[in-house]
Amino acid sequence: MSTPLRACLVLACLLPLAAACRPPVRGTVITVAGSTSVLPFVEYLAAEYMHLFPDVGVNVQGGGSSAGIQAVLTGAADLGMSSRPLGAAEAAELGALPIAWDAIAIIVHHTNPVTTLTLDQVRAVFSGTAGDWADVGGRQGRVTVVTREQGSGTRGAFEEMVMRGLDTTERALVQDSNGAVREIVAADPAAIGYLSLGLVDDRVRALTLDGRPPTVEAVLTGRYELVRPFLFVLGSSPRPEVEAFVEFVLGEQAQALLAQEGLIPAAAVRGGR
Amino acid sequence: MRDERPVEMLLGLVALSTTTALVLIAVFIFIEGVPVIARVGPAQFLLGRRWAPDAGSFGIFNMLAGTVWVTVGALCLGVPLGLACAIFLSEVAPRPLARMLKPALELLAAIPSVVYGFMGVVVLVPLVRTTLGGPGFSVLAASAVLAVMILPTITSITYDSLRAVPDSYREGSLALGAGRWQTIAMVLMPAARPGILAGVILGTGRALGETMAVLMVAGNALRAPTSPLDPVRTLTANIALEMGYAQGEHRQALLATGLVLFVVIMAANSVALALSSRRAGEGG
Repeated sequence: MSTPLRACLVLACLLPLAAACRPPVRGTVITVAGSTSVLPFVEYLAAEYMHLFPDVGVNVQGGGSSAGIQAVLTGAADLGMSSRPLGAAEAAELGALPIAWDAIAIIVHHTNPVTTLTLDQVRAVFSGTAGDWADVGGRQGRVTVVTREQGSGTRGAFEEMVMRGLDTTERALVQDSNGAVREIVAADPAAIGYLSLGLVDDRVRALTLDGRPPTVEAVLTGRYELVRPFLFVLGSSPRPEVEAFVEFVLGEQAQALLAQEGLIPAAAVRGGR
Repeated sequence: MRDERPVEMLLGLVALSTTTALVLIAVFIFIEGVPVIARVGPAQFLLGRRWAPDAGSFGIFNMLAGTVWVTVGALCLGVPLGLACAIFLSEVAPRPLARMLKPALELLAAIPSVVYGFMGVVVLVPLVRTTLGGPGFSVLAASAVLAVMILPTITSITYDSLRAVPDSYREGSLALGAGRWQTIAMVLMPAARPGILAGVILGTGRALGETMAVLMVAGNALRAPTSPLDPVRTLTANIALEMGYAQGEHRQALLATGLVLFVVIMAANSVALALSSRRAGEGG
């Protein structure tokens, strides 16, 4: 075997080792995993936290509410993020703590003439009984319903609060993240979907429901009712570093940041629902 | 003389470990997937039209139908294109041009599927929506993306099969007065048929198994499509879509979906393998 070739082989064998050594581990690392609805907000707070405490690493991952809860159960993650309440079996072993409240907005394309619907109309559109925009006072044309996948916390909250036992139409497009739903609704003039109020941007329009606008103020006064908690899921005896991070997230500064991002602070609704 | 046995053993071990991985994956999918199929009933699982994991309904028929729609669509678009490419490269194009084009075509296989999916979402889906109607996320979009993805497989295997036909066939045919197209259609294609079939079946396997690109452009609606413009959910997309949040029986049902997929793709690949070994037998 020629020398350069041998050198290459040796290098190739060493590469994975080098990769494994790469993340500079200084101090402690906190792993957070779970709901993609909660993810962007916690990522934002984690960056803030690491800026304040450079020797702590906060590693935030997605995967979904159930995956996050599972990760805390198995010890793979220190903290879980969930946008659905814990199941009975899960609640026996884990604790859940609301870090903020999130409203669900019903969104349409920004050129859609429909700006307000009643909850009954939303239910009719999503169940497929109103399949044309003309049925709910819009321009004629088939509605493209966009929903989330089975098991998603956002979908669970939407079905519980809006559908109330009715099935979502099987024609509905199904996407596995808030971002994908927003992309489709932003591009398709006939689309309707739903996502976290905090993730609404000016490419889509959030509908007024039963005459109640989807704003943080309306949520705080209890007028806009599609609201659900964002939870941190903790094991029975979290490490002190983890507790410190939770305390930071519930603190005044972090809560103000969350409010800026469109969420409703944990304390504002506490006990209210 | 140096002792080569350690190296041989090492290589043997490495080779064995890949096969072991395959066996372990198969065993895992069977152990996790079979109980759900047994509980729901194989007929109900395969032919049931309602998929509502929250309500305990696990019927994958619509997704099976979706997989068939998308795969057949991809073959309808990809096979003629692939065969045409291979015939052109092998029989028509001047040698230097073919030597440049073939690697370029094979590079298509090196593009990650998520890039195909992204191109599909950004270019193809809006195009379908504005020119043909419907939501754009559709069988057609998924099939078109898959057709491009299976093109390298079909083209390169067909090309190799055509090249493997002895020149005496070409010369004999031409000497008998057949034209070039007559030679290609009536002599070379039949001679290369087992190889071409193997290529098509390997392409089918790839189309059946592709996940990311399909997930991004198919729309993933639960209803079985009735036209190429309808959104569709394939077996692979169903698993990828719901894996993140699935727990308990739902998770097992997704693994059972994987089991069905595994069996279908294994069958397709076995047929391809049998066909290509027949080709080898004929050549000898």
